[in-house]
Amino acid sequence: MAAKTLYDKLWDEHVVREEQDGTSLLYIDRHLVHEVTSPQAFEGLRLAGRQAWRTDTVLATPDHNVPTTDRSQGIEDPVSRIQVETLDQNCVDFGITEFKMDDVRQGIVHVIGPEEGAILPGMTVVCGDSHTSTHGAVGALAFGIGTSEVEHVLATQCLIQKKSKNMLVSVDGPLPAGVTAKDMVLAIIGEIGTAGGTGYAIEFAGQAVRELSVEGRLSLCNMTIEAGARAGMVAVDDKTIDYMRGKPYAPTDEQWDQAVAHWRTLVSDEDAVFDRVVRIDAATIRPQVTWGTSPEMVVSIDNAVPDPAQESDPVKSAGMQAALEYMGLQANTPISEIRPDKVFIGSCTRVATRSRTTSSWRWWCPVPDWSNSRPNRKAWTRSSLTPVSNGVNRVVRCAWR
Amino acid sequence: MEKFKTIESKVMPLDRANVDTDAIIPKQFLKSVKRSGFGPNLFDEWRYLDHGEPGMDNSVRPRNMDFVLNQEQYQGAQILVARENFGCGSSREHAPWALEDYGFRVIIAPSFADIFFNNCFKNGLLPIVLDAETVDRLFKAVDATDGYALVVDLQKQAITTPDGERIAFEVDAFRKHCLLEGLDDIGLTLEHVEDIKAYEARRKQQAPWLFA
Ligand code: SF4
Repeated sequence: MAAKTLYDKLWDEHVVREEQDGTSLLYIDRHLVHEVTSPQAFEGLRLAGRQAWRTDTVLATPDHNVPTTDRSQGIEDPVSRIQVETLDQNCVDFGITEFKMDDVRQGIVHVIGPEEGAILPGMTVVCGDSHTSTHGAVGALAFGIGTSEVEHVLATQCLIQKKSKNMLVSVDGPLPAGVTAKDMVLAIIGEIGTAGGTGYAIEFAGQAVRELSVEGRLSLCNMTIEAGARAGMVAVDDKTIDYMRGKPYAPTDEQWDQAVAHWRTLVSDEDAVFDRVVRIDAATIRPQVTWGTSPEMVVSIDNAVPDPAQESDPVKSAGMQAALEYMGLQANTPISEIRPDKVFIGSCTRVATRSRTTSSWRWWCPVPDWSNSRPNRKAWTRSSLTPVSNGVNRVVRCAWR
Repeated sequence: MEKFKTIESKVMPLDRANVDTDAIIPKQFLKSVKRSGFGPNLFDEWRYLDHGEPGMDNSVRPRNMDFVLNQEQYQGAQILVARENFGCGSSREHAPWALEDYGFRVIIAPSFADIFFNNCFKNGLLPIVLDAETVDRLFKAVDATDGYALVVDLQKQAITTPDGERIAFEVDAFRKHCLLEGLDDIGLTLEHVEDIKAYEARRKQQAPWLFA
C-alpha cells in the first residue's frame, strides 16, 4: 500500500463517491453552526421542504453577536438580536442542539468544539467560518465553508470537494522559551506569505509543534487560513489522547479503547510524500509582532519596523506605506521602543480551555520586560480580557482570585 | 428548485454594461437573515428616487418612472436583456436570489461575470450568452415592438422571435440537465442517497463512536 500523509488518510476515510475528474462527495462528521452564516441555509431547507440529514452531528451556538458584557440585559442592537433569535428558532424547528447565549457551555464556536470533545481526532469538521481550520489541531480534517455549503451539509451530510495538495511545515528543534504557538504561526506566515498555502492542506510537524500543548496547536491551526490554506492539522499523539479523555462528548469504555486504537493511526506514514515541504528552525523564532494590516506584515520583537523604501516590488512597497500610515508607525523604529496602548487578551487564536496550566491569562506575564523596566506598570496599558467561552471564563476567574 | 420549463414571456431591456451585483441588490439589504424577499429591492437605487433601507414599505416609496422596471409595458417580464459583463463585482449570492425573487428566469447578455454566471444556475436562472450584435438586434426589436416577447426553449437550446427566427444558444450539458430536472447542488447529491447510506452503514461498523 502506498504511503499516505495524515491528510490522505483523513480524506480517504471520508470519500462517499468520486467522479472521474476527482470531484468527491465527502462525508461530514461534525457540523458547527453559528448565527451569521446559517440563516439563509435554514431558509433554503425550508423553501425546498428538506430536513436536516443527521441532527446529532450538528452543534450550534451564537458567538458573533453576543454581548461581552452583562448578558442578562439581552442584546441591544436589533440586527444582532434578530440573528441570534433566528438561530434559536431554527435550532428548535430543525431539532438541533444549541448552546444558547446563557448556557454555561456557550463560547466561540472554535473553542467550545474541542472544549466539549465535540471535535474528535479523525473527524471531518465544517463550519460556516474560515477559522474552522482550528480543529485540525487534534488530528481532524476541518475547514470553513460558505452558506450554500452549510445548507448542503445540513441536507445531505456531505460536501462536494476536490482534494488539495499536501504541504508539510516542520518546525524543527525545541521550542525556545517565551515563544508561543502564535509566534510560531506568524513566523510561518512571514516565511511563506498569506497566499503560500493556497491550494494545500498543511500538516504542522516537528519537535517544536510536538512540544506545544493541544491549546497551542489549536492556536497554530486557527491561523492556517491566514497562510492561505483552508485546512491545517497536527498528527495525533499522547497529548491529543489525554486531552480528549473525559470530555463530555468523547466516547467512553469500550468505544474509547476502540477509538484510541484508531486515533493512533492518524499520523503521516514515515515515507509519505508531500507536494511541498517547508522546514523552519525553531531556534530562529523569536516572539513576533505584527506592524501592519496583514498577518504577513510581521517581524521579530528584536527587529525594527521595515522601511517601504527598501522594498523593490512597487506594489508591496505601496502596501507597506499605506499600512504604516494606518498604524501611525515610522519605518525603522525598533519594535522594542513602541509602547503598547492597549492589551487585549482572549481572542480564540489564543485558544484557552479548561486546563489551568495553559489558560490564556498566563501569558500576561511573559509580555517583554516592560513590567521591570518601567516602574509604573499601570501607566502603560489599558487591558481587556475577554474569555473565549463561559468555560474559560470560570477558569480565569478562579485563577485571578 | 423548480424545473425549468419553456419560457414564453415579454422581454425587459436593461440597456447598461457592467451592471454589478451592488446595483442588482445594494449592500444594505445583505443584513437580512432571509434568502427570499429581495425582489422588491432589486435594482433599488435605480428603481426608487429615495435611499432604500431594509424594512421600508416599498409600495409608498417614490419610483423612478424612467427606469424600465417601473414601466407598464414590461410588467411581468421573465426575460431580461442586458449588455456585457452583467453581474460583475462582489460575489454575493443575493444577486441571483433577488432576480429570481422578482420573477426573472432568463437573462440574455453578451457576457457575464464568472461567479454570478455560476450562481444563476444554482438558483434556477438561465443566463444566455449571445454575440453582441444579436443582443443589439434584440434591444432594437424590443424598442420597436410593443409587448415584444420571446420563447426560450432550453431543451432545444433555441430562442424563437415573434417573426419565427430561431436563435441557437450554447449551454453546458450538465447545467442544462440540472435546470431541466430542477436539481440544485443538493438535489444532485441526493441522487446519491444510496451511496451516502451505504457509507454510513460501513462507517458505523468501523467507527461506532461517531454514531453514539
Ligand atoms: S480570533 Fe476572532 S476571528 Fe479568529 S477565530 Fe477567534 S473569534 Fe473568530
